[in-house]
Amino acid sequence: MSQEPLVRWDWIARNWANGGPTAISALLENHIVMAFLPVLFGLVVALPLGLACVRWRWLYQPTAAVMNVTYSLPSLVLFSIFLSVTGLTRSTVVIPLTFFALAVLVPAVVDGLASVPDPVRQSAVAMGFRPVRRLLRVELPVAVPVVLAGLRVATVSSISLVSVGALIGQGGLGNLFIDGWQRQFYTPIVVGIALIVLLAVLADGLLVLAQRLLTPWSRARRAA
Amino acid sequence: MITFEGVTKRYPDGTVAVDDLDLEVPTGAITVFVGPSGCGKTTSLRMINRMIDATSGRITLHGRDVREIDPPTLRRGIGYVIQQAGLFPHRKIVDNVATVPYLLGWSKKKARTRAMELLELVGLDPGLAGRYPFQLSGGQQQRVGVARALAADPPVLLMDEPFSAVDPIVRASLQDELLRLQSELRKTIVFVTHDIDEAVKLGDTVAVLRVGGRLAQMAGPATLLTEPADDFVREFLGRDRGIRRLSFISAKEVRLRPAPSDLATDEAGRPLGWRTGDELAAYGTFDPESDSLRAALDAALLSANGVAVAVDEDGRVRGVAGRDAIDELLAEYAPPPAPSPAPSPPPSQGSGPAEEAPA
Repeated sequence: MSQEPLVRWDWIARNWANGGPTAISALLENHIVMAFLPVLFGLVVALPLGLACVRWRWLYQPTAAVMNVTYSLPSLVLFSIFLSVTGLTRSTVVIPLTFFALAVLVPAVVDGLASVPDPVRQSAVAMGFRPVRRLLRVELPVAVPVVLAGLRVATVSSISLVSVGALIGQGGLGNLFIDGWQRQFYTPIVVGIALIVLLAVLADGLLVLAQRLLTPWSRARRAA
Repeated sequence: MITFEGVTKRYPDGTVAVDDLDLEVPTGAITVFVGPSGCGKTTSLRMINRMIDATSGRITLHGRDVREIDPPTLRRGIGYVIQQAGLFPHRKIVDNVATVPYLLGWSKKKARTRAMELLELVGLDPGLAGRYPFQLSGGQQQRVGVARALAADPPVLLMDEPFSAVDPIVRASLQDELLRLQSELRKTIVFVTHDIDEAVKLGDTVAVLRVGGRLAQMAGPATLLTEPADDFVREFLGRDRGIRRLSFISAKEVRLRPAPSDLATDEAGRPLGWRTGDELAAYGTFDPESDSLRAALDAALLSANGVAVAVDEDGRVRGVAGRDAIDELLAEYAPPPAPSPAPSPPPSQGSGPAEEAPA
């Protein structure tokens, strides 16, 4: 065991694309899908929910409370709850992770809309915008930097949390950790960690790039 | 014309922001609502374009009750300039200015062409059109705010403390710019400020409001300075009312006499100083065509011998005016006698000509 190298490159080469469901490339693909879907669903739900919380102030406190309690639950608990409903499928991982994404994204949407300066909102009203157009053309675009910041946190944490799903056999790259531990064989663990970190850095970088392109007007404001 | 008829704004918690306000805002002139915070001036302004609805009473615009008009439609026909400009941070300057034309369904090309004209009108470099608001100074942003309010050429302009967030020098230049624009455009402007000096400088009519939303006095600025209705208005106007009032009297009528030989001039006829022995002593100048009596008096006070030097627009000496000449005019425009102990009607020459602010 002391002679065992940290990384066995030949193992990686053999298992990168062996055609089976445990190939590293297949796990990677799975991981990307399972990490990305909760963020997408989260965003789709968080936008209307966040808007509702802004429109009806009383809604925000209970919503935030539910979100925070959910967020505080260990992911494993949520997985086991959904295991009885959705079985050993991707959904058992994707649904709980959607709740985690929501817990980050709903406050991001609410804070984003709150970040619209009052004079901006008032001048939109005074220019004669009707409510829906004001929301779509002024308030949401101005909220984009804050929402994107939340989206970065949600994406990175989703990428890292997917691996917990390995405990029910749906963990994407997380399956490599189980494999490694069971066999006291480090290479899969190192590969898993490296790919997850790489994925997170890449996804975050893409979102930063998107932010630059979408909000050229906010760059210097943030620096100032 | 905009009229307030018994307008009251009462909030659910019982606070009365505006109490039974009756006033008329004349067409084509600047009317300033001024008063301490809590006097309901901004509330009154926002009731005109229905950003706030009155609890009771009636506001009419061109004879129509504003409550009969759909708010967004009403607002698109009224320019609005807000404190700190309130520009849309995510839109380029040209598109900020074109906001209302876009809302009115103009084509992009037509709206942008109009926006470019307006940038020029408010004295901004057209090169700024492609920038974002954060790239502009506070004063520039406020000019964009004015351009945006004027984009669809509304007959009425509401200005809510538009210049209060910029430094005094920029503020003064924005005020001068507004007066210049107004002399061209003749809009009906309602201007809200807490700064009495701004009110007196800009207003053709000044409405002083007191806390609780009651009208304390509405008058031309010169009348306001000479005849404050009560202690509240007098106190609010502050010190030096007598001197400040002179700003509203043109120096045109100051009797000039030819420049004496002890006034040294250069070959173009511009003053150099008063000869006193070998040295030249200080002198003060005013331009009777464009300056006020206040400037003339100031010029006299700045001259070593108390004689003000009148110059033309190129700075060439036209004559001089001693304190005697200035005193003559001061006497002519003396304020009416105090109403107590024996009230008497103010002499007719008192307030009439003084109402005319120098152009």
